[in-house]
Amino acid sequence: MSLTARQRFERRERLRGIAIGTTSLVLVVAAIYWLVPLAPGWEAVQRSFFNWPILVKTFPKLLDAFLVDVMIFAWSLPLILVLSLAIALCRNTRNPALLPLRVFGAFYTDIFRGIPTILLVYLIGFGIPGLGLSRPWNSPYIWGTVALVLTYSAYVAEVLRSGIESVHSSQSAAARSLGLSEADSMRYVILPQAIRRQVPAMMNFVIALQKDVALLSFVGPIELLRQANVFKSLMANFTPYVGAAIIFLCVTVPATRYADYLLARQRAVRS
Amino acid sequence: MENPKLRLSGVTLRFGDLTVCDGIDLQVASGELICLIGASGSGKSTLLRCINLLEPIDDGQIWLDDLEISVPGLDPNPVRRRIGIVFQSFNLFPHMTVMDNITLAPRRVLSQQPDETAQAAMALLSRFGLADKAAEYPDRLSGGQQQRVAIVRALAMQPEIMLLDEITSALDPELVGEVLDVVRQLKVQGMTIILATHEMSFAREVADRVCFLDAGKILETAPPDVIFERPSNPRTQQFLARVVRTNG
Repeated sequence: MSLTARQRFERRERLRGIAIGTTSLVLVVAAIYWLVPLAPGWEAVQRSFFNWPILVKTFPKLLDAFLVDVMIFAWSLPLILVLSLAIALCRNTRNPALLPLRVFGAFYTDIFRGIPTILLVYLIGFGIPGLGLSRPWNSPYIWGTVALVLTYSAYVAEVLRSGIESVHSSQSAAARSLGLSEADSMRYVILPQAIRRQVPAMMNFVIALQKDVALLSFVGPIELLRQANVFKSLMANFTPYVGAAIIFLCVTVPATRYADYLLARQRAVRS
Repeated sequence: MENPKLRLSGVTLRFGDLTVCDGIDLQVASGELICLIGASGSGKSTLLRCINLLEPIDDGQIWLDDLEISVPGLDPNPVRRRIGIVFQSFNLFPHMTVMDNITLAPRRVLSQQPDETAQAAMALLSRFGLADKAAEYPDRLSGGQQQRVAIVRALAMQPEIMLLDEITSALDPELVGEVLDVVRQLKVQGMTIILATHEMSFAREVADRVCFLDAGKILETAPPDVIFERPSNPRTQQFLARVVRTNG
C-alpha cells in the first residue's frame, strides 16, 4: 500500500510526537527518582511513611476497615438519591398551595450547602446521640451517615433541579397538549430526560461521597481512616495513612475515569 | 353557521404591550379544514396555542361544541384530550420509542389497557406507513417520519379537532410531501383541521376556507380560490404578491 505525501508527513509527525512525549516523561520520572532521595530528611520520611513491613502488616486490617466505608457509602447513596429528588421536586412546584414545600426546598439547599460537611458530621453525629436515645438509635455511625446524606442531598438536588430546567419547555408543552397531568408530564417526560442529562454531573458527587465517608472517622465508626489512625498511634508510623490513601485511590480513580467517559460520550452525542 | 364545532369570539391575547391575538372571530364546522396564512409573527401559531389552552387568553371566548373552554380556572386536561396539536418542531419524547411516544397519553389519560392501546397505535402507524418504526427511537427517524409520528401521537387520543402548527416548516423540501399526504388523508376521513402554514399551494388545494392573519387580526376569510385569485383586502394582496414572488 503506497501512502500519499500527506499521509507520510502525518505519520512522521505522529511518531515524532510519541518520541518526544515518551522521552520527556522518562526524564521527569528519573529526575524525581534520583533527586528526591537527596533531600536531607528523606531517610526519615521513608522510614515513617513508606515502610514496607508495616504496610504489609497493616494492609489486611485496613482493607477490613474499608468494608465499613463501603457499607456507609452503599446505604447512604440510595437515601441521597431519593431525598435529593424529593427536594428538587419541591423546588420545582408551581402550585401556590405547595408554596411551603418550595420554601422548605430553598431553605434546605441553602442551609446544607452552606455548612462545611465536617461541621455537620460533628453537630449531628455528636448532638443527636446526646439526646439520650436508646440503642441502636444513639449510634454516631447512624447519625454521622445522616449528616452525609443531608449535605449530599442538597448538592444533588441542585444538579437535578438544573437538569429539570434544562429540558426545553416545548417538551412539557407537548406532554400537556396530550392531556397529561402535570405530575405525569414530570414523571414520564421531563424527569427521565433531566436525570439522563445529569448522570455525569451526579457521578462527581458519587466520587466525592466515596472519600467523604472518611469524615465519619471523627465521630466513631472504626472505618478505614480511623483504623489507620489507630495503627499510626500504635506503631508510631505514618505508613498506614499511605495504605489508606492507596485503598481510596483504587476505588476513586476508576470511578473518576468512568465519570469522564460518561461526560465525553454525552458531549459526543450532543455535538 | 349552525352548530359550529369550534367557535372563537373576540379572542384576545397580549404579551405585555404586544397584542398577539386581537379580537379574533372564527367559526369552524365539523369536518372543515381551515388554513391560517400570514407572515411570521402574525399570530397563527399563538392562535392555535390559545385554542389548545396552552396560552390562557386575556379576553373573548372559545367554544368547543356548546362548552365554553376559555372560562378561567377550567381544568384544561379534559379539553386537551379532545383537541390534538402538532408542532413545527415535532416535540417527540426523545427518551421513548415511537410506540411509547404514542401510547403514553392513551394509557395515562384515557386509562386504556396496554395491549388495546398498542394495537390501536400499531393500526395508526400502519395507516401512515410507519409500522416498521414502532420500536425505533425518534433520533433514528427522518424529519418527515418524526413529524408523521407526532401526528399519529396526537391522533391516538382520538381528538375531535387537529391543530397543525406549521408542521412542514422544519422539514427538508423533499420530506414535505409525505407529511402533507397525511393531512390529505385526515381530511378525507372527515377530521376537523386548523392548519397554520406557509405552503400556499397546499392551502389552495386542501382548504375549505383560508384566513389571512396580520398583526393578530383575521383580515380576510374566504374560500381558497377567492383568497388566492381575488383577495379583497389590500394587505392580503400585498402578502400574496410577496409570497408568490419568492415561492415561484
